[in-house]
Order: sequence, then structure tokens, then C-alpha cells
Amino acid sequence: MAITLSGDQAIPGPPLSARLTTPQVWGIVLLAPYILVFLAFVVYPVGYGLWLARHPASYAALWHDPIFARAAVNTLIFLLVGINLKMAIALFLSGFFAQQRTWIKWLSVLFILPWAVPSIPTILSVRFMLNPEWGVINQIIFKLTAEDGPNWLNDPTVALGMAIGVHIWKSLPFWTLILMTGRLAISHDLYEAAEVDGASWSQKFRYITWPSMQTLYVTCTLLSMIWTLGDFNSVYLLTGGGPADLTHVLATLGIRYLRLDQLSLAMASIVCALPFVLPLVYFMMKRLSR
Amino acid sequence: MKLPTLHEIGTEAKLLLIGIPVLIWTLVPIYHMFLFAISPKEDAFSGKLWPAHPTLNNFKIVFYQEHYFLRDFWIQFFNSVVIALSAGALTLMIATAAAFSISRLRVPGGRWVMNLALFTYFIPAAFLAVPMYRTMGNYGLLNNHWSLILAMVTIASPYAIWVLKQASDKLPVELDEAATMDGATTLQLFRLVYVPLMMPSLVAIGTYAILLAWNEYLYAFLLLSKDTEITLPVALGNFLAADDSPWELLMTTGFIYALPPAAIYYAFKRYMVGGLTAGAVKS
Repeated sequence: MAITLSGDQAIPGPPLSARLTTPQVWGIVLLAPYILVFLAFVVYPVGYGLWLARHPASYAALWHDPIFARAAVNTLIFLLVGINLKMAIALFLSGFFAQQRTWIKWLSVLFILPWAVPSIPTILSVRFMLNPEWGVINQIIFKLTAEDGPNWLNDPTVALGMAIGVHIWKSLPFWTLILMTGRLAISHDLYEAAEVDGASWSQKFRYITWPSMQTLYVTCTLLSMIWTLGDFNSVYLLTGGGPADLTHVLATLGIRYLRLDQLSLAMASIVCALPFVLPLVYFMMKRLSR
Repeated sequence: MKLPTLHEIGTEAKLLLIGIPVLIWTLVPIYHMFLFAISPKEDAFSGKLWPAHPTLNNFKIVFYQEHYFLRDFWIQFFNSVVIALSAGALTLMIATAAAFSISRLRVPGGRWVMNLALFTYFIPAAFLAVPMYRTMGNYGLLNNHWSLILAMVTIASPYAIWVLKQASDKLPVELDEAATMDGATTLQLFRLVYVPLMMPSLVAIGTYAILLAWNEYLYAFLLLSKDTEITLPVALGNFLAADDSPWELLMTTGFIYALPPAAIYYAFKRYMVGGLTAGAVKS
């Protein structure tokens, strides 16, 4: 009997405590706080949220809510028009700011401001500038033409355009800076050689700048899309989702349902965005974790 | 001095043609805010580019809390400071420990944690806000500063770990080996070798986390509601709810609120631009 027992247990390996080295134990201890934060404030909320969004009835209700359809379309406009416009301007300005001039250096110091200051006071400032009666823009229009200017935030299309403008104002400096870093990394010899060959400005861009920056540009555009999906401030602080809830995007719509105490609708509206978000996230993770 | 050629003048003119609109586009909303802050009420609404009677009276009203919208200004300012500093300190501790563990101690599963962190970094903030709000309710933390601090730590840590891991991978392994040979324990290695060498990155990340928490509006607006517990941005947002908002005071408060991050940004610009852009897009 003793023989069978020892045969069953084979040779016992060293106990777990001995297999882990002291640095490894410390490694686990030092990593634990982040793991706890991750479990408590990412895994649990996301899981709980998905569980709240499990009822098909929520999706049916969303589908029949015209505000949802409008918010989905607005989000798409925001992403396709807003982001591409922003990134194109950023690409253009990155070339401008890469010029070696003292005054351009000083301008770049100021140019960073929209990104460096918090969004709420500046967006509220824009909101007041667009006020139809007292806003400075309409006052200037009145002085120049003696006619009342448009009510900027009253027409949903114009209001959404203004929100996109605010978003561009706020995040353009960051992307310009990133693209400028990419531009400065291009070897200067290439441009000098092109200069000798008599290449024009557009040829230099097409054959040198763009090929070197294409990957960076695409990555930045995708990353900007993911972050813009979470941009609540540009729309909420400028239009509050109005007029008549016609300028909502998915980020503000989810919060709107939340404020109306319709939590399952709030989660369902976010879940509806996941088919667009997850491929982007997957692609970005693959690119960045190489 | 060499006179500029016609071609050079042309280039300069073209650059100015871009530079001037860029300057106007950048500064107008900020200048507008500043203009309101130094204007008496009647000047603020006149649409002038400079007030007829510039004044610091608005600042006095804000600092002495002489308007019912502002009666808790200093408490709210203090709340913002406490929450931003706590979130910064906590993020720094958690992320530094994690980066040290993953990069230097090569803890098993470190790669996994990096991927999880990266995943969190990519969850759009407004999307996580909805379930996070309910979670904080379940934890009994709503209307408690800890809810906002922990939410900010959750959002800031992934990026912090990401940047710190990149930076610590660049430190030579020989340093750790030499210290261990000299008999340093793991904690001594962390405290006496790792943290001092990582200082520039730690400054960048600490600043990043503090600014993130200071500037945060959405989570603050969802998680805190009592007038004496909210942060400055929420107080600014609440101005909007009223029909008779004193816009000149709103802009003054906004200007005061925007100053610290702008100042911090310029003070730490050297660290921030390098650290943040390198981490944001590894190309």
C-alpha cells in the first residue's frame, strides 16, 4: 500500500514558494494595484454594462427612437468629415510648422494653447460668441451688413458643423505636433536631392513626404477616430445635443439616456457602436504592441 | 546685410498667409474669454475688441465669492486641486510599480497586462462613463471624491504604464545586475536605482495625470453633484443651467480655471512633448 501511494504521487516538485524567485514575488506584488484597479473599474463595469444591455427589447426601443438614428448619423459625419478634415489640416500645418523661422517657432508655442487649456471654458466662450443676439460674430455681421446674422446653434446642420469646428480647434494642435515629429524624422538629404533635380513643391510632397508619413497618418487617423467617439465635450458643451436633440452623437446620447435613468438604453446605444469600435481597437493594438 | 531676394519675400508672404489665419483661429476663443474677464458687464456685451473700461472687478467678485453662483468658488477650486493631485500621485505610484514589475522584474504575464492596459487606453471615455457611473453607485462611492479620483486613475494608468514601460526598457540591464551583485534587494533596486533614473518620465506622467484630472468634465459631472463637492468645471457647467447666467463672471472663473494647466504645460513642456508624443504613436 505504501508502494502504490508513492507511485501515485510521483516525485513531489519543489513547493510553489520555492519555484517563485523573490523578484518575481515582488513583481506580482507591485503589479497587483493596477490589476485591482483594472478588475474593479474596467472589467466589472464593462461586464455589468454588457449584462444590463442584454435585453433585445432595448435594441428595439433604440431602433424606434428617431434620436438614436440621428445620433448614429451625426457620429458618422463627425468621424468621416470631421476627422478627415482635421487630419488633412494637421498634415498641411505640420509642414508649415516644420519650417525653420523664429516667428513660426513662437507661433507654434501659442498654437498649442487650445490643447493645453481645459475644454469647458473655451467651448463656453465659443458658445457665447455664437449667441445670435449678444455674440461677437453676429454683432460684427450686423455692423458690416446691417442685417441680423444666422442663429448658429438653432439649425441642427449648422450646429453640428460648429461642434465639429470646436472639436478640430481643440485637438488640431496635438495631431499637428505628432505629424510634425514624423515629418522631421524624414532625412533632409532626400529633399536636397529632389531640389537639385528641380522637383516642385507638390512633387516633393507626393514622392518624399507622403510615402514616408503614410503609415503614421493612417495610425493617427484611426486613433483619432476612437478618441473622437468618446468626445462628449465638443457637442454637449456647445449645443447640449439640441436643438430638439438633433445634434447628439453616440457619446452624448448614452449620457442623455443615463440622465433620463434609462440605463439599459444607455448601454445598448454604446453596444451598437462596438462593431465599429472593436475592429479599430484591434487594429491599433496590433500596430502598437508589435 | 544681404537683401532678401524676390523669391524669398514671396515664400515669406505665403507663410504669413498661413500663419496669420492660424494665429487668429487659435487665439480667438481664448482672447474672447480673457476679454470678458476684464470687461464690466455693459462692455462685455458690446462686441468691442477691447473694453472701454477694462477692470479687474470680475476677479474680485470671484475671489470674494460675491455672487450666488460663486458662493462655493474656493471650496470647488480646492476640490479640483485635491482631486487632481491625488489622481496624479496615485496614478504615478500604481503605474511606476507596474512598469517596474513588467519591464525590470519581467513578471510572468506582464505582456498580458500591457495588452489589457492598451485596451483600456482605447475604450472611448464617454463609453466607459455609463457603466462606470453605475459601478461607483454599486460601490457606494457616488458623491465622494474617491469616485472621481479612482475613475481618473483608471483612465490615466494605462497610458502611464505604456509610456513608463517604453522608457524603462531603454535602461540598461547591467544597472540592475550591478546593483543586485552589490546586494541590493528588489525594493532597494526600485527605490535607489530605478526611480531616480526614471525621473524625467515620471515628471511627464505625473503632469499628464494631474492635467487629465484637473481638466476632466464628464466624469466629474456624473460622479459628483453637491455644490460643495463638485470641481470647478462642473460648477462652470452649472452656470449654463440658469437663464440669467452672469457670462462675464463665468468667463472670469473659466479663465482662472484654465490658467494652472496652461502654466504647468509651459513649465514642463520639455518633458511633456517628448514623453507624450513618443508614447501616443509609436511609429
